[in-house]
Amino acid sequence: MYIKQLSVFLEDRSGRLTELTRILAENDVNITALSVAETADYGIVRMVVGRPELAKKALEDAGFSIGLTDVVCVNIPDKPGSLYRILEILTAEDINVDYMYAFSNNDVALAVIRAADIAQMSEVLEKNNLQLLSQADIYQL
Amino acid sequence: MIWNNEMECADRQQMHEIQSRRLSAMIQRIYDNVPFYRNKLKEAGIEPGDIKSVDQLKYLPFTTKSDLRDNYPFGLFTVPQSEVVRIHASSGTTGKPTVVGYTQQDLEMWAEVVARGLTMAGIHRGDTIQIAYGYGPFTGGLGLHYGAEKVGATVIPISTGNTKKQLQFMTDFRATVLACTPSYAAHLGESIRKEGIAPEEIKLHTGVFGAEPWTNEMRKEIEQLLQIKAYDIYGLSEVIGPGVSMECACQCGNHVFEDHFIPEIINPDTLEVLPDGELGELVFTPVSKVAMPLLRYRTRDLTRLHREKCDCGRTLVRMEKCLGRTDDMLIIRGVNVFPSQIESVLMEMTETTPHYQLVVRRENNLDTLEVLVEIDERNWSDSIRELEGIRQRIDHNIKSLLGISAKIRLVEPHSIERSEGKAKRVIDYRQY
Repeated sequence: MYIKQLSVFLEDRSGRLTELTRILAENDVNITALSVAETADYGIVRMVVGRPELAKKALEDAGFSIGLTDVVCVNIPDKPGSLYRILEILTAEDINVDYMYAFSNNDVALAVIRAADIAQMSEVLEKNNLQLLSQADIYQL
Repeated sequence: MIWNNEMECADRQQMHEIQSRRLSAMIQRIYDNVPFYRNKLKEAGIEPGDIKSVDQLKYLPFTTKSDLRDNYPFGLFTVPQSEVVRIHASSGTTGKPTVVGYTQQDLEMWAEVVARGLTMAGIHRGDTIQIAYGYGPFTGGLGLHYGAEKVGATVIPISTGNTKKQLQFMTDFRATVLACTPSYAAHLGESIRKEGIAPEEIKLHTGVFGAEPWTNEMRKEIEQLLQIKAYDIYGLSEVIGPGVSMECACQCGNHVFEDHFIPEIINPDTLEVLPDGELGELVFTPVSKVAMPLLRYRTRDLTRLHREKCDCGRTLVRMEKCLGRTDDMLIIRGVNVFPSQIESVLMEMTETTPHYQLVVRRENNLDTLEVLVEIDERNWSDSIRELEGIRQRIDHNIKSLLGISAKIRLVEPHSIERSEGKAKRVIDYRQY
């Protein structure tokens, strides 16, 4: 099972990220997780949001370039060693992680992971009895 | 089909006679009526009767853009104002505009050469041509207009701008031909996609594009975006406007309507005439123009001429697609750079769009070139590794083509300002 991550290409211009979050706020879109990868000239904002299709449309209408990328959102116990266990599984199956970001809330910890073969990764994690979140689960977070 | 078989397929000997006769008559006209030319010819020791053959063209003095400015506005007209039925003027980005006048006969000749060009591109009665060149003092709109009416096509004189209306007319009126600048054609193609218009609603089959230099790679991009065959039309207002030369279906250079506009290629430094096939500055003598004929007008466009017979059957001399104007050329750290060269690098790559801008600065006495490139909104990766890979490939390809390094900056789609006329490709901040 995978979910849709919003990817946004942002030029390094002052106020761009503020503008992006303003549009999400106006459209009542909740951001569950967010990471920014930056280079000297531009950045990529990656976000897991409650209603990705609606967010994509609103942002595109405002002139942003949006990609929807398949990622896996895996539920991991919020205790030492949990993330290690997941990565160990992926390494054993020769799955290379492109990027990931993680967050924890109360006793729940979630990791968003992107790999080249997202279907294979999803299958491997589910086979190892790890819980992957659906888009509906995200909406309820 | 060929519009004017007699002129477009004349043998070399016949063409030589036509050109010689018209040149000799033109020299007499400008000597009698234009003090500027009378003085120039006298200085060169030439009397009107001396010039009997087009082979003597190379002994005659040149005309430059600054000569046009010095004689602003009507100093080069050979006829009284009562004979002039139309005046066009260039945008005049540097100083005074360039003014050109037309008699009724000139307008008829202009419509004739544009009709020849449109026929070359397979356009005829039954076609609907959307003319999205600017109408007004700029020659693009009205130039195409009368030629299109002459071939009997249905004309939509929409002029430039208002992209939404362009798309509405294009679909509702079932336009089959689009005429505009290549950069605006690319913009319209993108807008069709963005608006989600179904391909079957667009009936275009042919595009006639000109008024700015464009590469074959840009042509492929536009052809793919609009699902058309794209033809180059060349012209400049000083000579007549669009319709000086045009591509045929072979697309092996533009056929110059040399019975009206005699082309030469010169070395811009020594001013000597160069043989066919050599790169140099294009010079035109519009021999049959009545209101404002010019003697050896230096276009500043760089190209080559070819005279071998074309597969389309026309014998008219062909000029290659212009590499650029000598005044578009940037000199960066002593290296000559044409925007069209950068464009050809970008067009070869699938991840970028035809929208780019060159920014030149001087930092610590060193020229720097920055190339702003829009990523393709339909085809970009959210992986930094891949985006950096694209950046490095552009960098590498520019370096291997030009021998200089540039700073490549990837920018958001639609962030570079869209032009509805000529694209603004270069911003030069250097102070000379």
